[in-house]
Amino acid sequence: MREIKCDVAIIGAGPAGLAAALSAKEHGAKDVLVIDRDTDSGGILQQCIHAGFGLSYFHKEMTGPEYAAVFREKCDQEGIRFLFDTMVTEVRSAREIICSSTEQGLVKVYTGASILAMGCRERTRQNLRIPGTRPSGIFTAGTAQRLINRQNEMVGKSVVILGSGDIGMIMARRMSLEGAKVKAVVEIMPYLAGLTRNKVQCLDDFGIPLMLSHTVTRIMGHKRIEGVYIAEVDDQKQPIPSTEEYISCDTLLLSVGLIPENELTKGAGISTNAVTNGPEVDQRMQTVMPGLFACGNVVHVNDLADNVSIESELAGKYAAMYAAGTLPEAKAQLNVIAGEGVRYVCPHHVAVTDEEAVIRLYFRVSEPGRKTILKARSGKKEIAAREVRRVSPGEMDHIDIHTQDLTGDDVVICAEGVK
Amino acid sequence: MTRKNIICTVCPMGCNITVKADGSEIISIEGNECKRGEIYARDEFTCPTRTLTSSVLVTNAKEPLLPVRTEKPVPKAKFGECMEIIKATTVHAPIKIHQVIIHDLAGTGVNLIATCSRDV
Ligand code: SF4
Repeated sequence: MREIKCDVAIIGAGPAGLAAALSAKEHGAKDVLVIDRDTDSGGILQQCIHAGFGLSYFHKEMTGPEYAAVFREKCDQEGIRFLFDTMVTEVRSAREIICSSTEQGLVKVYTGASILAMGCRERTRQNLRIPGTRPSGIFTAGTAQRLINRQNEMVGKSVVILGSGDIGMIMARRMSLEGAKVKAVVEIMPYLAGLTRNKVQCLDDFGIPLMLSHTVTRIMGHKRIEGVYIAEVDDQKQPIPSTEEYISCDTLLLSVGLIPENELTKGAGISTNAVTNGPEVDQRMQTVMPGLFACGNVVHVNDLADNVSIESELAGKYAAMYAAGTLPEAKAQLNVIAGEGVRYVCPHHVAVTDEEAVIRLYFRVSEPGRKTILKARSGKKEIAAREVRRVSPGEMDHIDIHTQDLTGDDVVICAEGVK
Repeated sequence: MTRKNIICTVCPMGCNITVKADGSEIISIEGNECKRGEIYARDEFTCPTRTLTSSVLVTNAKEPLLPVRTEKPVPKAKFGECMEIIKATTVHAPIKIHQVIIHDLAGTGVNLIATCSRDV
């Protein structure tokens, strides 16, 4: 088996991996290696040809490929090594990774620290259990996006989209521009799952109806899908039979959520959080295994690549420090808990060290709200508060806390004014 | 008098703005929480523009498509015409990111540029 040595090894060359690699290099790691199963860097950004990236990170609007190119160009300038067409099969420890490469066969990587940046995958129909036949013409939105934007394969002419996630809405616009008729976007929740700007620019612009509190009840068709039945749902999300109606279509796209891709994480013996489906990390993005870091959508699904970049820079920095033996040791670990109105918080823990720092806690609220007060408590003491005009489960929020303010008790995040 | 409802996309607040107008003349703009929303609503009412993104065929490269976008926003009403030209376009690798693919796309005065490099 071929052997490679490096200071920091990163699994995944998407937005998380690229930002982590650059940051690791910047913080002293000499030899940074990025491993990816695709033939090029960028991950999902390669197929996200729409604009909307970089607004917060670069203060200008870019497309996905352009956003990825900025990072990749810097990586090349910095001499960061890439191993493409290479699938990691096992993370044996923070210091040892096994991968299988098309060109080099099995490769063993010895590293000073590792970063998990594998991203996420889409929920499929199997995760949803819609009754009906099993015809062709049913795709996850991301698969359709890859087929249309990278492989030049148009997937259909008349389309229903289940789920109002961002990728689904973006595909509604993309397929409309390509000449398809998008008949409806059907969302089971009473509110939009994705960003408002995507509703305006992808649905409203093209006159595509958004049907909230509705779901697909049956799929019809034999070889190819011929149509779907949709119905309104009640408070318990159960379809109301009398409201059922038929929409003919040759394509159904599913945009019903993303799941962090954590087979390698679990294989390394690290369990995943029940809400986020990713490994738990501290503010340095270190998992429970010392020297093994994680960042981006493998930890929790983000709505903006910009946030992924920022979080991944932390992983890169602290992984470089771990590899160099300079990562401050944790004297204690506090839990960060989702309180009233909050669905989850990331990072999940705060490592108490001598390092004084501002820690940014990202979280999602459980319900939409207006004029909401976001609060962080350490035990009984309020350590941060901020009023925001609007919150939505589809848009991640954050609150900053200072390590000096921590009392030694767990940190609780609440959103007052949200159920 | 006509009324037009516009959701502002300038910030995540997503204010619901109502524009009242007499023909093409704006009488009032309501519902915006800030000045930026008023400017947005005015533009949306008179001539909504968007950055158009798509892809063109590329030969001589590893992948069959080259992603492209308009260099600046173009009028929404021109999308159909722009797409027809984009769909009929084939380019040859190598292509450099931000290289101009089509000058003055559909008479908008805006260039269509590559958003990715394509090596041979
Ligand atoms: S009007 Fe102002 S506050 Fe409201 S969405 Fe637009 S920019 Fe945001």
